[in-house]
Amino acid sequence: MRTALENSSDKLRFVGRGSDWRRLLSPTGNAGDAVFRGLMLSAALLVVAIGASMIFALTSDSMLSIRHFGFAFLTSREWNPIKGEFGALPFIYGTVVSSLIALLISVPLSLGIAIFLVEQAPYYVARPIGFLVELLAAIPSVVYGLWGIFVLAPFLRVYVEPRLARWLGWTPFFRGSFTGIGLLTGGIILAIMVTPIISAVVRDVLAAVPSSQREAALALGATKWETTRVVLVNGAPGIAGAVILGLGRALGETMAVTMVIGNRPQISASLFEPSYTIASAIANEFTEATQDLYLSALVELGLILFLVTFVVNGIARVLVWNVTRKTGGVARAA
Amino acid sequence: MPVSKRTSKIFVCLALFMSFGLMGCSGGRNGGGPVNIVGAGSTFVNPLFQKWLSEYGKLNPNVHMDYQSIGSGAGIKQILSQTVDFGASDTAMKDDDLKAAPGPIIHIPVVLGAVVVTYNLPAMAQPLHFSQEVLADIFLGKIKKWDDPRIKADNPGVNLPNGEITVVHRSDGSGTSAVFTDYLSKVSAEWKEKVGAGTSPSWPVGIGGKGNEGVTGQVKQTPNTIGYVELAYAVKNNLPVALIKNKSGSFVQPSFDTVTAAAAESVASTPEDLRVSITDPSGAGTYPISSYVYVLLYKEQKSADKGKAVVDFLWWGIHDGENFAKDLQYAPLPAEIVKRAEMKINSITAAGKPLR
Repeated sequence: MRTALENSSDKLRFVGRGSDWRRLLSPTGNAGDAVFRGLMLSAALLVVAIGASMIFALTSDSMLSIRHFGFAFLTSREWNPIKGEFGALPFIYGTVVSSLIALLISVPLSLGIAIFLVEQAPYYVARPIGFLVELLAAIPSVVYGLWGIFVLAPFLRVYVEPRLARWLGWTPFFRGSFTGIGLLTGGIILAIMVTPIISAVVRDVLAAVPSSQREAALALGATKWETTRVVLVNGAPGIAGAVILGLGRALGETMAVTMVIGNRPQISASLFEPSYTIASAIANEFTEATQDLYLSALVELGLILFLVTFVVNGIARVLVWNVTRKTGGVARAA
Repeated sequence: MPVSKRTSKIFVCLALFMSFGLMGCSGGRNGGGPVNIVGAGSTFVNPLFQKWLSEYGKLNPNVHMDYQSIGSGAGIKQILSQTVDFGASDTAMKDDDLKAAPGPIIHIPVVLGAVVVTYNLPAMAQPLHFSQEVLADIFLGKIKKWDDPRIKADNPGVNLPNGEITVVHRSDGSGTSAVFTDYLSKVSAEWKEKVGAGTSPSWPVGIGGKGNEGVTGQVKQTPNTIGYVELAYAVKNNLPVALIKNKSGSFVQPSFDTVTAAAAESVASTPEDLRVSITDPSGAGTYPISSYVYVLLYKEQKSADKGKAVVDFLWWGIHDGENFAKDLQYAPLPAEIVKRAEMKINSITAAGKPLR
């Protein structure tokens, strides 16, 4: 008859029989478990390695331009490949302003869609409309660009921009001649591309608000709109996160924007004027950038965009995660 | 001893890997095996090269050729880093690039192209005429309206609308831009000083379209625009093509004859390495905005098989290949240049021995 000590030492012998790597990777010491864990770990580390290598490659390739121009790169307006003078300000301006226009148009629209789908629509309406909105996110960027050139730009040139020029021409934003191609068109296309993302996240955020909040408001005699306001206040950090997520997408959007924004590195208050975004500049000029300084300047533009998008997306993720985590916990407890 | 299931699985896997590996090794065999050639460069000449590759492939099935149209600048970069067997460019390589190359590079002109000025105005009986200075000033932004007296002076009796001119240029770096700005630099001192010539100039005015297709699309869609594209794009899209005044004072329409005449006119001044700009030539029937398309390859080829295949292809191209040029809206080379290109092709060597 075997004693307990002998049985347990058998188990120890089984575990200790394998080499150390099995113990290291898996608590049971089982070889299959260890291999599996090792594979999953390397997959996760691969993603980190790719991110790190991107930062490294971007920084090392742009060192030439960073050393040559220094801080003046961020404030100079001149982009002249023939003379070798490069400045990022027009691109930063174009990227920021087109994204801002996109947000201005998209945020009210997305909030409206999300509130309608979560608070108001019956289930059989909410499902198909929600599905259609998310379908918009699946359309490739190039297709948006083609639609923009052939449908949106002529529409804006013929119907919208003349009226804007007539009614709002006294503001500095709607001056000058219009061709349908410019900052305004770029902003509108970005708004359409960004709306599905913002509305999907806001929908999740609003759905995560515990129904106890809604019921409490209604019990106190609030109208539907006042209840919705309570829900919005509850989900405010999450909504902010969704907006910043949409901003992150708008900042990096390339093909759709480059086809309708006019590709002209200039800073102009008028929204009718063509402009240039960082992503468009890189897409347009990368293959023909034969001089080292030119290439390095483009890579530095890419580095700026990478860092900005990285930070923006990071903030967004933290905000959204914070909200859904906290309220999800409360809902479980309630 | 019986082979266990696990062992037999290992053997099968090993056998599969080995067979894949051996299959992969089949390329690059010398002496009778298929030869793989890769070329890259100008997007302008891509339609012609694809036609040449398919026709030449029918005649020589053991030569597999591939051409990637990634742009003249990228083609030059690839040939400098020796990742392709030949490059193609709308403009000749600069001296700095040639000095930086690991070996001497030969330029072989293969076909002629024309950059044409196209516009979108209400239909007119005749195409518009532009003189050199007017064209330069339109692209500089100094002439802003279509009914400017200087444009009217070039086009007497034509009813021009009172609209603002919207210039459309290339947003991406391009050999077409290089040829056009080279021409503008020659005819306008202000352009030369303010902007200069190059693949990615800093345009004073206008909106940018991506690629020849982008500019064509913009001009077609938007009224009162003016832009520059390769001849093939204007013809295929039924866009009007303007007549440009050449150095001798006559307004010339871009066509095969006028473009070839422009090249023939410059033959006398073409240097030995055939790198020449043929914009703004003298002569009555010459179109001023023409250019050669060059194939770039190393004088000393590393592999005799590949070198012979490329050299034979180029020889076929400048003789029989020219027959396909006109259908695709390219102009054939003048006879004198064909002879000089032949001499260049004959000078290409591998291991010291000429390949032809």
